[in-house]
Amino acid sequence: MSKPMYRVFRQRMIVITLLISFVPLTLLGYTIYYGFAKAYCQRVEQQMTARVTACSQSLDLFLEERKVILSATAKSGSLAYYNDPSHLRELFETINNQTGGGLVDLGVIDSRGDHLAYVGPYSLEGFNYREQAWFNLVMAKGIYVSDVYMGFRQMPHFVIAVKAGDAAGDWILRATIDPEIFARIVTTAQTGKTGDAFIINSAGICQSPSRFNKKEILAPSGMDPSRFGSSTTVVKKTTQSGLRLVHAGKWINNDNWLLVVTQDMDENLPSFSDMKTEEITIFLIALLAIVVTTVVTTGMSVNKLQERDRELEELNAHLIQTDKMAALGKMAAGVAHEINNPLGIIATKAGWMRDLLEEEEFRKSDNFKEYDEALQKIEEHVERAGKVTHNMLGFARSMEPVMERVNINGVLKKTLEFLDHHAQINNIRINTGFDDAIPEIMSDRSQLQQVFLNIINNAVDAIEKQGTITVQTGKNAENLVIDIKDTGKGIPDTVKKRIFDPFFTTKAAEKGTGLGLSITYRIIEKLGGTIKVKSRKGQGTCFTVVLPLTLSKKTIA
Amino acid sequence: MEIKVLVVDDEIDFLETIVKRLEKKGLHTVGVTSGEDALIKIQEKYYDVILLDIKMPGGMDGLDALKEIKSKQPLAEVILLTGHGTVESSVEGMRLGAFDYVLKPAKFEELCEKIAQAYMKKADQDNKIRKANIQQLLRFPGRVFDQD
Repeated sequence: MSKPMYRVFRQRMIVITLLISFVPLTLLGYTIYYGFAKAYCQRVEQQMTARVTACSQSLDLFLEERKVILSATAKSGSLAYYNDPSHLRELFETINNQTGGGLVDLGVIDSRGDHLAYVGPYSLEGFNYREQAWFNLVMAKGIYVSDVYMGFRQMPHFVIAVKAGDAAGDWILRATIDPEIFARIVTTAQTGKTGDAFIINSAGICQSPSRFNKKEILAPSGMDPSRFGSSTTVVKKTTQSGLRLVHAGKWINNDNWLLVVTQDMDENLPSFSDMKTEEITIFLIALLAIVVTTVVTTGMSVNKLQERDRELEELNAHLIQTDKMAALGKMAAGVAHEINNPLGIIATKAGWMRDLLEEEEFRKSDNFKEYDEALQKIEEHVERAGKVTHNMLGFARSMEPVMERVNINGVLKKTLEFLDHHAQINNIRINTGFDDAIPEIMSDRSQLQQVFLNIINNAVDAIEKQGTITVQTGKNAENLVIDIKDTGKGIPDTVKKRIFDPFFTTKAAEKGTGLGLSITYRIIEKLGGTIKVKSRKGQGTCFTVVLPLTLSKKTIA
Repeated sequence: MEIKVLVVDDEIDFLETIVKRLEKKGLHTVGVTSGEDALIKIQEKYYDVILLDIKMPGGMDGLDALKEIKSKQPLAEVILLTGHGTVESSVEGMRLGAFDYVLKPAKFEELCEKIAQAYMKKADQDNKIRKANIQQLLRFPGRVFDQD
């Protein structure tokens, strides 16, 4: 995967993870809020129902109280008595004093509709009410509470009228109720900033002022009273301005009037825009934490993935290299076999010619020396070519290692013995630092010998004349470590990369075939170990061979 | 008594030359190019040393030929000529009774040395047999000869 692809992958992971984190969270938040809002609405409705019930009881009590007083007074008195304005005034003041006010005026009307006596701020004596609807209703029903109306005084008011009868005939005691006091009781049901309470009659006409509808008394309320049932009823309505209004209504005054309490449902319901700064801060911190965690964990995962991919690529490269080596090995074996036979024939023919040259007449020939030298060159180069094929076959040979218990120190000592003479001639000192505590390991003795021989031979060649080779052994928890150091000319970086490649050599053509280290590498690999080289030009070289103390299954297989 | 050598190799150029060189060294040498021909030759004449190429085309390879030769002439010493790829076969050949093997391309000197060693062993063997035969011949009841 290329770099931009990792970036796209990382971005996608982040987006998906954030979506997975936020979507359920949002849904949960919404569900909780919805549940809360629902409970809140129910509570508001309950409160409104309670309030409207309580207020309606107060209003009914107010009306009933006055009805009872007027009724009792009328029935216990007489027309003649209350026709006296001083008696009527006394009654008026008594009622207002006892009930805390509420009556605007009090009048006595006889059965013909003539206003006989009057106590109040207007002068209504002499008016005749026979044509007025309420008069006839009182005469028929005995007691009557009117709707609010303008009447002769051209002011909104309503009246409570009771019929009484005595020897002089039927008469009516009529009281006008102060709509202000009445409205004050109604407004006790108002709550909050948007709460409203008012009374409408069965035709929907306001009987008391509405606080927010800006409706005066006697103005149409715009409400349909038929939507409210006989008991306390809650009606919901959404206005054009988007307000969710809740109306609670209860019929009062013998079902003639409807007390309506109105409230905006959302008034006290907290909305997201009402959130406080600290709540927003906490929310933002949580949000940030989720985003940061997502970005960091995604980054870590993608990095890990990238690392794995790289390892896989390396492994692939290694496998390809191994395959390449195997193919090369096969080819090398084929080439070596094909060259070996003609080489054998050339060598034999050259030998035969030499045999013939030994004869007397040839020896006397003028060109004997030339022949002899030519043959010598042929033999020399056949031998050189033979060495190449020999090494090629050694490289190609896929002989499985023969495992036995091997003492590495012993193998190294033996190898150094081979080279001792050669080293002495070239004035090379060989230092050894063997760790006697290293255990024997399972490995292939002869292949290891070839490995050490190759490396030390290279060290001798690198030093040429005068120098030191240091061979050390040691171990760590899992491996034996063998260091072979020389004080030779070192390996330049460009060469270092290729030293384990087959047929790569820096030696003179007749000295190296370029297969020694390649074979070494293959052997060490087969034995489950590793070989590394550290070198700087002019400062010598150190080969480190690491061999496992115990064989892995892979090596045994 | 000249040493009798049979060389078996399918590479005719090599065969001819090696035969000539061994002849020049004074060995009685015969060359053939297949295992089958070798078996015919050993029935005609007795050979001291047989140089046998392990890898030969055709029906009979070196190891098959070796088995036949050893069953027909157990006292003939066989030296195997082998390439790198057939070293294991050579080891197997030695288990089957071959005297030794020589890696190709072989140096003539090395070859001569191996033939000499093989011939020595063969001669030793012959000597022992000869002695045993003489002992057998001179064994009479009541008479005792020295061992040497």
